[in-house]
Amino acid sequence: MVKKDLRPPNLNITPEDYKELTTQLSPKPTLLKNTLLAFLIGGLICSIGQVFVNFYMIYGGLPPLSASTAGTASLIVIGAVLTGLGVYDDIVKVGGAGAILPVTGFANSMVSPAMEYKKEGYVFGVGAKLFSVAGPVLVYGISSSIVVGFIYYIVGLVR
Amino acid sequence: MFEMIIPAFIIGGLICVIGQLMMDLTKANITPAHVLVTYVTGGVILGGLGLYKPLIELGGAGATIPLSGFGYVLSKGVIEGVDENGLLGVFSGGVEAAAVGIAVAVLSSYLVAVVFNPKG
Amino acid sequence: MGSKKVGNQTIVFENGPYIISGHTIAGPMEGQGPLAASFDTILKDTSDGEKSWERTESKMLEKAMREVANKADIPLDSVDYLLAGDLLNQIISSNFAARQIGLPFIGLYGACSSMALSMAMGSMLIDGGFGSKVICSASSHHETAERQYRLPTEQGNQRPMYGQWTVTGAGGVLLSDSGTGPKVTTATIGRVIDYGETDVNNMGAAMAPAVADTIINHLNDLQRQADYYDLIVTGDLGSVGLQLLLKVLEKNNVKIPNNFNDCGVMIYNTEQDTHAGGSGCGCSAIVFAGHLLKKVYAGNLKKILFIGSGSLHSPTSALQGETIPAIGHAVSIEV
Repeated sequence: MVKKDLRPPNLNITPEDYKELTTQLSPKPTLLKNTLLAFLIGGLICSIGQVFVNFYMIYGGLPPLSASTAGTASLIVIGAVLTGLGVYDDIVKVGGAGAILPVTGFANSMVSPAMEYKKEGYVFGVGAKLFSVAGPVLVYGISSSIVVGFIYYIVGLVR
Repeated sequence: MFEMIIPAFIIGGLICVIGQLMMDLTKANITPAHVLVTYVTGGVILGGLGLYKPLIELGGAGATIPLSGFGYVLSKGVIEGVDENGLLGVFSGGVEAAAVGIAVAVLSSYLVAVVFNPKG
Repeated sequence: MGSKKVGNQTIVFENGPYIISGHTIAGPMEGQGPLAASFDTILKDTSDGEKSWERTESKMLEKAMREVANKADIPLDSVDYLLAGDLLNQIISSNFAARQIGLPFIGLYGACSSMALSMAMGSMLIDGGFGSKVICSASSHHETAERQYRLPTEQGNQRPMYGQWTVTGAGGVLLSDSGTGPKVTTATIGRVIDYGETDVNNMGAAMAPAVADTIINHLNDLQRQADYYDLIVTGDLGSVGLQLLLKVLEKNNVKIPNNFNDCGVMIYNTEQDTHAGGSGCGCSAIVFAGHLLKKVYAGNLKKILFIGSGSLHSPTSALQGETIPAIGHAVSIEV
């Protein structure tokens, strides 16, 4: 907490004024450029995913739903390998959310901590850190799906 | 081979733009983890409300590749699970549907993490 | 109270120690910056053949400690105290380096202000007659700091434009009660100031009020004006923090001649895309013990006020939403 009654001389500026000054002087993100790049990189990754899906449908003979799953799985592997090669963080630096949100980014968030903490062992390092971001995603994803399912179940009973 | 590429590009790009705005316009301390969690939960909710399916019909991989697509898979699975197994499906449906994604992510991430080292 | 303390928080040394040598080791990124020529060693890569970055950091610090004694032609055994600090949990870089050196060791934690803090403490030890040779040093490493304070190094993330880049580097100086050249003449120990910043990426903004407080007290205690110094150099406020510092000082009626600078601003080119500049213990350590000390030895600078700036949060406190307390320690060096 901010302590207000320090021995003088005190700074002649209130925390509120200082906060305003900080906001004023801190450079803002380059919104237009970031948004455009997020669109391009995000769009590009998804198009690559679409190519995979199409490939699995046409050449793999998979039904659309399985092809979609296989496409997603392929991108997960690509994201993981690019992270291992040390490339994916550079893609995110350019593409921002365009590279974070696709499943490639999800794979990046799993591999990077696991790889980083490998020196701390295969159980507490790799094993535990693999889920430092994937854990919360699964917790909230699965829990919310259970809530959705429960509501759907109740609604079905009432009908 | 190349059908649906343009819709996938546009829908996928737009979904990512919303995430970018979330990161840039909110006060800092929003990490990639927060955005990912928000998206997966958002996908589940939109999926449950039946709003995500049209997006997939429109954008194909553009809607399934972003993490909200993973949320959609969970919600779609749970609804199908309830239809088939009733109350038990509430708990099994989501994870069953997402099983491939989770298994591939865990295994490939583990292998890559073991083989490669961070470059810094 | 002894007569050495002046005013509220400043010490005027009777027999200020001489800074008889300095040594710096910089990382590859720092070696591409504008101050490259002033560093003694530049690492080719961030691991330097070690199996972990933590070991690299400790090795750099150990080397800096050995080399300052070497350069001054003083056997390591005749050094009375080893003072060091770094950013890692339980200051392991310093502790582990000191294990290899085997001298009486005082570990310090002042976050990024550690270099200035160690020089202030070292000068006190010598002026107090508790020893005649003291090594003061500090280190930081971009990757070790990144993984402890932020995200794993390979995790994709966009750093904000006001973010700073932790410097990979270790620097040390040898203080001695005898010799010639520049002396540490005064020290102002800072107090912890918190203006409510919560954004851990905006450390310059968190630290600027603490630095301003130390500068104001320093000038008040000694009844000096800022233009007394050829250079007033802060540790790692970065470009945002430096601007904030000048604004805050202006509001407090400190006349600001054109002699302010910041190690974090000096260490990188703008093309290096570090955003607001460098940070970390190593930032002020290698800029001071390298670039600035060389200028002092060459006679280009005669009076410097060096203020280390430290942001005293931890990853835990940041996650719990605590505001960031900060500190500034000042030492004046005069020829």
